[in-house]
Amino acid sequence: MAKSARLVRTLVLLSAIHILVLGAGFFGPYDPDVQDRELPFAPPTRLHWVDARGRFHFRPFVCPYVALTGRFGVYKADLRQTFPVHFFVRSAERRSPGILHSRWHLFGTDDEARIFLLGTDGYGRDQFSRLLYGGQVSLLAALVAAGLSVGLGLLLGSVAGFCGGLIDGISMRLTELFLALPWLYLLLALRAFLPLQTPPRMSVFLFIMLVGVMGWAWPARLVRGVVLTAKERNYALAARGFGASDAYLLRRHVVPQTFGVAVTQAGLLIPRYILAEVALSYFGLGVGEPLPSLGNMLAEIQPHNLTSSHWWMLLPGVALIPVLAGYYSLTDALHERAGLVQV
Amino acid sequence: MMRYFTHRLAHGILLVVGVSLLSFLFLGLAPGNFLDEMRLNPEIAPETVTALRTQYGLNQPLPRRYLRWLISVCKGDLGFSFAYNSPVASLLWPRACNTLFLTGTATVVAWLISVPLGMWSAARRGRLGDRLCMGTISGLLAIPDIMLALTLLFLAVQTGWFPAGGMVSPGFAALGWWGKVKDIASHCFLPVAALVAGNLPVLVRHVRAGMVEALASPFVRAARAHGLPSGSLLFRYALRAAANPLASLAGFSLASLLSGSLLTEVIMSWPGVGPLLLEALLARDVYVVIGAVMFSTVFIFLGNLFADGFLYTLDPRIRME
Repeated sequence: MAKSARLVRTLVLLSAIHILVLGAGFFGPYDPDVQDRELPFAPPTRLHWVDARGRFHFRPFVCPYVALTGRFGVYKADLRQTFPVHFFVRSAERRSPGILHSRWHLFGTDDEARIFLLGTDGYGRDQFSRLLYGGQVSLLAALVAAGLSVGLGLLLGSVAGFCGGLIDGISMRLTELFLALPWLYLLLALRAFLPLQTPPRMSVFLFIMLVGVMGWAWPARLVRGVVLTAKERNYALAARGFGASDAYLLRRHVVPQTFGVAVTQAGLLIPRYILAEVALSYFGLGVGEPLPSLGNMLAEIQPHNLTSSHWWMLLPGVALIPVLAGYYSLTDALHERAGLVQV
Repeated sequence: MMRYFTHRLAHGILLVVGVSLLSFLFLGLAPGNFLDEMRLNPEIAPETVTALRTQYGLNQPLPRRYLRWLISVCKGDLGFSFAYNSPVASLLWPRACNTLFLTGTATVVAWLISVPLGMWSAARRGRLGDRLCMGTISGLLAIPDIMLALTLLFLAVQTGWFPAGGMVSPGFAALGWWGKVKDIASHCFLPVAALVAGNLPVLVRHVRAGMVEALASPFVRAARAHGLPSGSLLFRYALRAAANPLASLAGFSLASLLSGSLLTEVIMSWPGVGPLLLEALLARDVYVVIGAVMFSTVFIFLGNLFADGFLYTLDPRIRME
């Protein structure tokens, strides 16, 4: 009971995150690449309920920022002007970028003011919207790459385990080679050897291919182990005795046994790949601008912003925490269900 | 015993050779080289670039370059860095020492904290202290290394308590020995803290899991029924039984000494292997990259070997096989 409750909690958290990210066009008030050059490094907009004359409003309102003259990136909220926050706003653009298109936004304010829940970056782009769209890029890349790794692992692991002999020997030596290498070093080195000046979409594609192909060794080893035991099970031997072909045995008795391992491996690989994206993009080797991603949003901190106390620039990194916690907890719960951990 | 280890050693050498071959293969497939940027520079004559190409051996076929590299490895040079105009080994050594100093300190501190904490947590499993501890640890696990480093750096800049980056202050050479120790200590505090916080969750969870399993086993219950004091029970019996997975984990700690701190080093600008590698990658200074990858591969192999040896001396059951 407690086990399934934990799994359900985790799944609720993860689906909430994914729905939020998938619906970036609806939940985010602005497009990810809309710039407001008047407002670089604006801190998060405060929602007010009480106006300058002390009156209480049920509908929250925002006050526009006024740049202090002579100082870059320092603003003061003009409390005399108030703009109410509207909900379910219809946008002027026909369609938003990203995976799902939406003409409606959950919230917004009048055109004369801006609402930046997480502040803006150096180009005056809304960090909240960028975070959601960046989540799309990062999570999609990690998911697809994990799918690719697990698919490759299933293929090579089951072939190695089923055929045995020379193929098995060679592929297992290869996995050892891959597992012995420092993962981040190898990833950086290979990415840097690939073309660096690529269009943003191409950089995402390269990331997915690179990480997906590089990560095959983990699932392959585990799948091979499962296949080795599965093909010696009595029912498999019996089926073979009745004249079942190799293809039938693989399809009917061996590969289905490996799905449990494949799912837990995918759960382990996704957070690892999210972190890989963050690390690579932080070094400028991952997802290219202007496409947002969790990593390249953090990368903007690098030069000078930390020292000038733009604390909201760290928030994309904070947003990583629930995502990672969700996936870690998912793998823990899956392991527990499979009876692998008795703690 | 000896046979096993010679076997492992041979295996490891094969592994290292395999890694080097693989790196050279990728090198051959990769577009562009170190001289590309020079070629675009109008102030540098094309003849100079061609001359440099011949001098660096970039115009030779890949097998030939691999051979040349092997010879320079035998000489102890590990190839030649184009950007620094010096042998790679002389670049890597001081950097590797800095990295090892940082990660070694962090590993020792992390183990010193995690073993008692894990044991304490396991001894009072299910009680409030354990639940609080494990909750904190799970929370810490979800914070990525990059965020730990960035947050600590941010706090350092805000408070001004610790220097933000580097390993020594500008006037380091003029300080007395005590001043030097203090200077390095204050510089390495933040990166060490980031690394410890990053490694702690995994270690504590493993220690606790091992101890919980050991404490639940029949021989511990028998010992408890005999009236052994709980302290000696915990340290002399349960810890020894739980030490097996910890030995493998220690090997893993050792293995990641050189390569595990890349992000922290770069963010905190610690003069270790990480920043050198990154710089070399972006400049296509390929022999430095290969050197750094080989260095850390050797370390990973040695760490695993050490874990096996440690297990061997620790657990008589493995010696029997």
